[in-house]
Amino acid sequence: MSVFVLRRLVTLLATLVGASLIIFLVLDALPGNAAQMLMGADASPDAVRALTVKLGLDQPLAVRYLQWIKGLLIGDLGNSYVYGTPVAGLIAERLALTVPLAIMAMTVTVTLALSAGIYTAANHNRLGDVGVMSLTQVGIALPNFWFAILLVLLFAVRLQWLSAGGFAGWEDGVWLGVRSLLLPAISLAVVQAAILARVTRSAVLEVLREDFVRTARAKGLGKREVLWSHVLRNAMIPVMTVMGLQFANLLAGTIVIENVFYLPGLGRLIFQSIANRDLIVVRNCVMLLATMVVIVNFVVDVLYAFIDPRIKVHDL
Amino acid sequence: MTSPATAPLIEVANLGVRLNTSRGPAQAVRGVSFALKRGETLGLVGESGCGKSVTAMSLMGLLPDSAVVTGSIKLDGGELAGLPDADYCRLRGNRISMIFQEPMTALNPMHTIGHQVAEPLRRHRKHSAAQARKEAIALLDRVGLPDPARRVDAYPHQFSGGQRQRITIAMALACEPDLLIADEPTTALDVTIQGQILDLIADLVEERGMSMILISHDLGVIAENVQRMMVMYGGTVVESGPTDEVFRRMGHPYTQGLFRARPKLGARKGTRLKTIAGTVPELADLPSGCTFSERCPLAIDACRAALPPMVDVGPGHFVRCIRTDVSMAANVGALSA
Repeated sequence: MSVFVLRRLVTLLATLVGASLIIFLVLDALPGNAAQMLMGADASPDAVRALTVKLGLDQPLAVRYLQWIKGLLIGDLGNSYVYGTPVAGLIAERLALTVPLAIMAMTVTVTLALSAGIYTAANHNRLGDVGVMSLTQVGIALPNFWFAILLVLLFAVRLQWLSAGGFAGWEDGVWLGVRSLLLPAISLAVVQAAILARVTRSAVLEVLREDFVRTARAKGLGKREVLWSHVLRNAMIPVMTVMGLQFANLLAGTIVIENVFYLPGLGRLIFQSIANRDLIVVRNCVMLLATMVVIVNFVVDVLYAFIDPRIKVHDL
Repeated sequence: MTSPATAPLIEVANLGVRLNTSRGPAQAVRGVSFALKRGETLGLVGESGCGKSVTAMSLMGLLPDSAVVTGSIKLDGGELAGLPDADYCRLRGNRISMIFQEPMTALNPMHTIGHQVAEPLRRHRKHSAAQARKEAIALLDRVGLPDPARRVDAYPHQFSGGQRQRITIAMALACEPDLLIADEPTTALDVTIQGQILDLIADLVEERGMSMILISHDLGVIAENVQRMMVMYGGTVVESGPTDEVFRRMGHPYTQGLFRARPKLGARKGTRLKTIAGTVPELADLPSGCTFSERCPLAIDACRAALPPMVDVGPGHFVRCIRTDVSMAANVGALSA
């Protein structure tokens, strides 16, 4: 493994440690005692104190932090205050919805954005460019939950092609599951695709001005061939950077979108756990989201080196 | 009918190029005419913005889409002006090739040099990948790149500027073009490398019987490398002729100014470089009449009235000036010094 990847791995670990500290401290500083919440406002102080001890909430901060980290490392995330079942199980169940949703949303984002970005750059300042770019302007301005409701009105209420919400699960076939995630994925993707399309367009336009594009034309390549064989790979670096950042936005978006569509995913679990002061679930879910974002950006960094030969050489 | 041996390879007649610049439409080139036989070499000299690169790019058919080209460009009698891009693509890199000024940016950083040199062969000659690679190694060897068989899979950033220019030359020569256009091929290189690259180009031109158009702002480079030369100013040709003839007796006040302005070895320390007073006119608002009249020490009212005609001042030697009687009396030129 090259030095490049190792160095990125060290950064990744440091970021995760920092994230865990922030998550732990912020949630600890929140007002509201979990034990009090669970037992209701009129529980006796003795009973509340007993539960506090039982949940381990009376221990010093550092001890609780280290216990949590130890649990993370061995895969024991503790039990939910509200459900009483292991947090790991709760999360795993919800990931079966949220991970496919995120992947579908990202696929839609990338497909829409790359085609729109490349098309508009190739037709710079022509009617198609202006038209598609105006659309992306609208796309950026749309709040995704509002757009989600419009989609429901059209496809679920009027056309009745898809259901307005809920999740069919994977047991009755993959297609049913995918079908129930289609509208949520599109709602999540539209804003991201609009942003990424604009980034792609400007990245491609910038590369089109490079000298080597003229060289390739001077060799007898047509405009289209130059675009595919010389321009795109050079334009991918900024596009991928933004893609990595967008993945974080997309995960945050699932919290809203899963609520709009009544999807029992990770986002909805976080939302409900916050309302219930089930902080042990919140803490572990947020840590998981942070880990996913950091890993995706690590993958993006490593992909740079595969795309751009100039990055590899420093580190061999 | 002219016989193929004497028929011009490339014939440019009354070429005009109108560009859209940020300052409005500009006539970047006007009334440029020349013919070049197979194996002949022609130099284009002038300051930046004089239209020499635009002339070259119009031969390549690579002007921006908004450019308006008038006049005629013929390759072996076939008209190139207005040729559809798909047809032009069959000529570029095949019958007409170009070497650019900036070797550091002229190569794609993401592709191996072998791939880039092989590209015209795969495209125009339909070589297989293996065949094109073998040919690319041979070409890289010919242009003097050390250890080409091993370095063919290296990327541009692993080479120096001079080596990269050798690579672009290999690329331009891959399909043995009839015409090579070299646009300031050594301007971006170290002085020590410049001579080597020019010698390489000269050797290759002779070896393959190509015609060449060499563009430079450096009179020294022109004097040593081409048979004929054209001096351009403000989009027009102000002087043209056999290189020896022009250098023996420079006719146009602008050519003379360029010649006087070059730095000289052995000049006394502290001697100031001679300059041409004024600045190059904006192409968007060229003066009527002689484009050089605003900076010319000999200009009279008649110069500003109309663009002067080309005046025949010697064997094949033409000057666009109505005051050659005065300018040429000064006897400016290398052989007169």
